[in-house]
Amino acid sequence: MSQHFLDQFLFVALPYVCLFTFFLMTVYRYRMQSFSYSSLSSQFLENKHHFWAVVPFHYGILVVTAGHMIAFLIPRTILAWNSHPLRLYVLEVSALAFGLLTLVGLIGVVVRRFSNTKIKNVTTPTDWILFVMLLLQTISGISVALFHPWGSAWFASNLSPYLWSIFKLNPDVSYVAAMPHLVKFHIVLAFLTIGFFPFTRLVHVLVIPNPYLWRKPQVVRWYGRRG
Amino acid sequence: MNVRSQVSMVFHLDKCIGCHTCSVACKNIWTDRKGAEYMWFNNVETKPGTGYPTKWEDQEKYKGGWESNGNGKLDIKSTSRTKIIPNIFHNPHMPSMDDYYEPWTYDYQNLFNAPEGSDQPTAEPISMIDGEKIDVQSGPNWDDDLGGSPIYAENDPNLEGLTEQQKLQLSSVERLVFFYLPRICNHCLNPCCVASCPSGALYKRGEDGIVLIDQKKCRAWRSCVAACPYKKTYFNWFTGKSEKCLLCFPRLETGQAPACFHSCVGRIRYLGVLLYDADRIEEIAKLPDDELVEGHRSMILDPFDPEVIANAKRSGISDGVIESAQRSPVYQFVVKWKIALPPHIEYRTLPMLFYVPPMSPVQASKPEDTIHHASEDLFHDIDASRVPMKFFANLFGAGHEGVVRYALRKQKAVRWHRRAETVGDVDRATADRMLHEANCTREEAEEIYKLTSLCTFEDRFVIPPMHREQAIEMMKEPHEHRTETGFGFVGGPQRGL
Repeated sequence: MSQHFLDQFLFVALPYVCLFTFFLMTVYRYRMQSFSYSSLSSQFLENKHHFWAVVPFHYGILVVTAGHMIAFLIPRTILAWNSHPLRLYVLEVSALAFGLLTLVGLIGVVVRRFSNTKIKNVTTPTDWILFVMLLLQTISGISVALFHPWGSAWFASNLSPYLWSIFKLNPDVSYVAAMPHLVKFHIVLAFLTIGFFPFTRLVHVLVIPNPYLWRKPQVVRWYGRRG
Repeated sequence: MNVRSQVSMVFHLDKCIGCHTCSVACKNIWTDRKGAEYMWFNNVETKPGTGYPTKWEDQEKYKGGWESNGNGKLDIKSTSRTKIIPNIFHNPHMPSMDDYYEPWTYDYQNLFNAPEGSDQPTAEPISMIDGEKIDVQSGPNWDDDLGGSPIYAENDPNLEGLTEQQKLQLSSVERLVFFYLPRICNHCLNPCCVASCPSGALYKRGEDGIVLIDQKKCRAWRSCVAACPYKKTYFNWFTGKSEKCLLCFPRLETGQAPACFHSCVGRIRYLGVLLYDADRIEEIAKLPDDELVEGHRSMILDPFDPEVIANAKRSGISDGVIESAQRSPVYQFVVKWKIALPPHIEYRTLPMLFYVPPMSPVQASKPEDTIHHASEDLFHDIDASRVPMKFFANLFGAGHEGVVRYALRKQKAVRWHRRAETVGDVDRATADRMLHEANCTREEAEEIYKLTSLCTFEDRFVIPPMHREQAIEMMKEPHEHRTETGFGFVGGPQRGL
């Protein structure tokens, strides 16, 4: 019985609290404190190791996150792709490779911030909490890939319906109740990270989309007379 | 014809004494904040020298400005549109703090708190970034007045193309020469910083052409810092926002000259409106190197031409601004007299700050104990000046000497003319011949003389009416705005967590 309540709390209540916080606070922060929306790059203070830490981390985490999103959005296509074992192996191995790339980059980021006093000086407590969360999340993700293989298959068949049930406001914990503890940990931490997101520098992810590739090179602002 | 107005500037280098009053005035107003300590929106460099940031003119290193991509189009050298996406996490051409200097203060507390000892306590330098003790290796104007010439002056990128003899002459003690180059943002017509910003945070104000960074839209992608060939956008390491010279627009809007202009001791700075044809920006920016200076000048329109006035009115430029453009000292220096030139126009950003190249002493040699001058004339041949023409050409003529020689020859002719007028030791006929050779009339020489030497505050700064009330009218009733302005709960900008 208590297990049931715990599952209800972790996989129904917590996700809603985190998602609600995410949507409310990102919009609130964007409207009220748009000055604080920044990637807070430290490349200016330290440019020698920056490339080797930041680039692997970003490419790793972007591909891994995109993989999760695709499996969430189009689970049937993923299952169809996996129908051939070789294609399943290719998918799993590349996912693991990008997971490891993320980990290597993240460790680089943390070591760089810790070892250089200049950058340490502009690293806030929020950043350190975020680094711990991301490290745990990356390590647990890699562990899931190693100890509970074929995640691309069972994510699409079990977790995607669970996530959809959350978004359809009809939560169904039966999909996750039987999951191993490691997977549960990964899911809970994912929601916590989403909830913490609007209070961190992660908000810079949300402001990447912009018309740069389409706009005219020169930007001119008028008092209002034209455009 | 798409007429636009631009607040433009002329710096008369022949009058600059290198006192740095401009830099200090600017610093006290705009960059005396955490994260901005190392920034100098206005700085004064000694030439020859490597400047600030070190060797900013070396675009092999910094990759600033525009380059032709071979299809007849211009691309940003550092991160073009297609290159910015894969490079957004790490800008490959971003200068780091080491290229500027690490700001420091002194541990003054130690003077009071040091334990009793046999030595006087000292205030050691400490970093303004992490508070650690630092060994100061360089700072702003480390190479002021040719200090450390073997490291700095001899590595000036403008020395390219000079003969070994000319280079030697610039650095041997009894023959050396230098001049000052004060620099602010050029508020370009084809700004690289604006074009490079992935967020679209940088923009040019339509009414006066001032280039600004929207602090609420800047996301620290750092493209502008790498893209500006003059390195006049700076990255605030604390707030994670780029910042730049704003030409003191709050002062301009209230009819005051920018702080660096206002405080200039040598009165070298001129400010006024130029009208230009915005339809020609792209065409001019693509011209071959040797046509750039003339092409740039040809974009600037005659504010007395009835057709220009009619078109300006059609573009919404007010009568006050047109009238201001007619009195603009910048128009006189740049278009009418052609003695003010844009810096490094080969970067193709079309800068709107122009420099009057300085005169320099005659070449000299010291074979024995006494110094021999190459010319005994007080007003010697321009080509015998100590600063080689090629050096000026690299700075102000995209490597071509013609425009620089024209400007210097005219300045020299004005001196001959005034010498004939006031001292009388120069023969009038000779002075007239000099004027003729320099494509100058007596009347023009008098005008140049007056605006150079006898200029009042009002002559130097012809500030156009900015019509901010029009901007306010867009939002609310101006009278209502007047009663409310300054009140409310708008918090200051806060760094993100």
